Amino acid sequence: MKPAPFTYHDPRSVSEALDLLAALDNARVLAGGQSLMPMMNFRYAMPDHVIDLNRIAALSYLRCDDEALRCGAMTRQRDIELSAEVKGRVPILHEALAHVGHRQTRNRGTIGGSLCHLDPSAELVNVTALLDGTLHIASRREVRNVSIGEFAVAYMTTCLEPDEMLAAVTLPLPPRSDGYAFVEFARRRGDFAIVACSVLLGLESNGAITRPRIAISGLGHAPARAHAIERALEGEQPAASAFKAAAAVAAQLDAMEDAYVSAAYRRHLARVLTYRALEQAARRATEAAHA
Amino acid sequence: MPDVRTIAVVVNGIPYRRDVETRTTLADFLRHELRLTGTHVGCEHGVCGACTVLVGGRSARACLMLAVQCDGEEIATVESLATEGRLNPLQQAFQDCHGLQCGFCTPGVLMTLTEFLREHPDPSEADVREALTGNLCRCTGYQGIVDAALAAAKRVREGA
Repeated sequence: MKPAPFTYHDPRSVSEALDLLAALDNARVLAGGQSLMPMMNFRYAMPDHVIDLNRIAALSYLRCDDEALRCGAMTRQRDIELSAEVKGRVPILHEALAHVGHRQTRNRGTIGGSLCHLDPSAELVNVTALLDGTLHIASRREVRNVSIGEFAVAYMTTCLEPDEMLAAVTLPLPPRSDGYAFVEFARRRGDFAIVACSVLLGLESNGAITRPRIAISGLGHAPARAHAIERALEGEQPAASAFKAAAAVAAQLDAMEDAYVSAAYRRHLARVLTYRALEQAARRATEAAHA
Repeated sequence: MPDVRTIAVVVNGIPYRRDVETRTTLADFLRHELRLTGTHVGCEHGVCGACTVLVGGRSARACLMLAVQCDGEEIATVESLATEGRLNPLQQAFQDCHGLQCGFCTPGVLMTLTEFLREHPDPSEADVREALTGNLCRCTGYQGIVDAALAAAKRVREGA
């Protein structure tokens, strides 16, 4: 036996799951199991109750309208990756998913699980920050909607109360003509990135950059938009000099440090990846303008 | 008191009904309860891929699922590949192309490639390498594994 003993619950509805969350002490919600199961196998996590959401069909869906993509928390990463609608309408999300673990882990892993685990370099957290996504949180008490900034309160720590769970996330769609790019650096393919960078930008009729967005992971406890870079890029021509100046700003951002990766190296990666992402996004925006 | 449930699963086409402690992983259930020891357990935290099996036709880490979650599911393990003592084309290609040395990672690699080749009957080498990122092998340097996957795909396409 790897995990410590627990009582297993497999509710069939959200309402049943919320009742369990409200009633039980030291309960953990089990989504795709690609983070919580390793933690239980190692006994880092020893919940008394495991509330398995895998039998709740109502939490697994993708709904796309003209304005936003809404994903149920239990939607598998692989299903989002394979969705033609996502690929066509939110290509940045499709591109990011290719970096999320491996085929086997994406088959089980869910978007909600990834958001709640909140690894600092998780790709889905980055894209949610980039798109100003809204996280829908449910409990017996209330339903509340929060941004990633409110959701991520500290290193791998969400604002979820013990009786709450993530039910869905809404990602507003970027304009179709926006160029996009998701780039990251990991020591091995499929590993958590050391630093990742995502970009969306549009081009005006005169070729100038408009509504640039950039989110960088791996510097702080959660990915964040780099507003200083966005401000510097607005109105600039999409040329190497502008990307270089933006990358120089990325190299000045605050970065965390651990036993394996220094802050200086993280800033170096932020500089390099910002440049690459901007260049690729601008190229795609140009192609879209000429298509 | 242990938390026990009765589950019904179909493994490699054979139905089983068993009482399991709910904290039992699928990998341990297959090995200890059903004695299907072809599924190997390496890292036990979802990194190495040795325990990869197909659950409902999709590849998954058996160390990261609970057996109780598989109630009502169909599972395929490496034991499902050979029929009547004859290696299937993928396994045969592994033997022919030196796709294994110690063999510890092989069951997981085979199950990953079983799903992958079903979806991509004519893959590029890059596709195969991408598909293999979730399976660690410490002996072969992957070259033989990639060769075997490409050879198996070719043989199946040509109706071997």
